[in-house]
Amino acid sequence: MHRVKVRVVEDALDANNTIARANRDDFDRNGVTVVNIMSAPGAGKTTLLERVLRDGVEGLRVGVLEGDVQGSLDADRLAHLHIPVTQLNTDSGFGGECHLDANMIRSALPTLPLADIDLLVVENVGNLVCPAEFRIGEDARMMVSSVAEGDDKPLKYPLMFRACELVVLNKMDLLPHVDFDVDRFRHFLDQVHPGVTVLETSARTGEGIEELRRWFASLPDRAVAPA
Amino acid sequence: MHELSVSSAVVDTAVKHAAGRQVLLVSVRLGHLRQVVPDSLVFFFDLCARDTVCEGARLEYEVVAARLRCEPCEHEWGVTEPAFRCPLCDGARVVVVCGDELEVASIEVHQEEPACIV
Ligand SMILES: [Zn+2]
Repeated sequence: MHRVKVRVVEDALDANNTIARANRDDFDRNGVTVVNIMSAPGAGKTTLLERVLRDGVEGLRVGVLEGDVQGSLDADRLAHLHIPVTQLNTDSGFGGECHLDANMIRSALPTLPLADIDLLVVENVGNLVCPAEFRIGEDARMMVSSVAEGDDKPLKYPLMFRACELVVLNKMDLLPHVDFDVDRFRHFLDQVHPGVTVLETSARTGEGIEELRRWFASLPDRAVAPA
Repeated sequence: MHELSVSSAVVDTAVKHAAGRQVLLVSVRLGHLRQVVPDSLVFFFDLCARDTVCEGARLEYEVVAARLRCEPCEHEWGVTEPAFRCPLCDGARVVVVCGDELEVASIEVHQEEPACIV
């Protein structure tokens, strides 16, 4: 037996990124733009999504890929929207429940109605850390945070707040009832991700919903995030 | 949680390069910006390595300090906190020079035959 050193010099996430690029190629071939929605648990992204998609996104046929752990519940909540909702089984074993990765999306590809949609909205698992590391083949990433959480969230989870093109600050209707300073949040966010677009929303009052809908509608033209 | 995901990716990478050989040591470079807690990484590495050629291997790590560079004014500086605006010009077009590594640098494996020496 000999002890041999093997030079590797490979990013541990290379394998995932390679599959993500393959996914992106498939989406591109089908003319489908993909947005990956990440959030803290309980930031209200399903309700927000429900509100935004209820009246449709102008000019786009939308489909949803539901990857949250409490997924079947979320998928049920979206059922009345009469758009294709696909449930992703994240039960792929070890560590497979805390985020979506490129391979899970790859496995789900055959079940997605790619020919019938223009925009695929992927609801990632509610988790402020792991989803930031794993590209899935998306064109854009959106991060939902809420005023029910601390206003220092950007400082605590910089990876997440850096890995997105849009930050949505949700549950704005709760602002009078919580100890949350929007200016502080925006200041911290600006340190962590200078210049990132921020939208303030409330699924309850409808604040910011139209703006968010317009952001969705603009995605096919932007298609910014590198895979 | 994060360390579990990362460990799993590290083990997969090492297993691929081991090509069936028993792995004794895995050396990784962890960028400071990746917020990986080394002790947790080691803990989860042992767990993820079970039933693979990495089982029983030692995980060795080097933490890489973070350096940023402002593209317009070319100022380069080190950071320990997540502050990504240029301290000189207040600009936002800042790139990470180093500190976002999550790299498997090398592995050491058992090999039946000595490496071919010409
Ligand atoms: Zn500068």
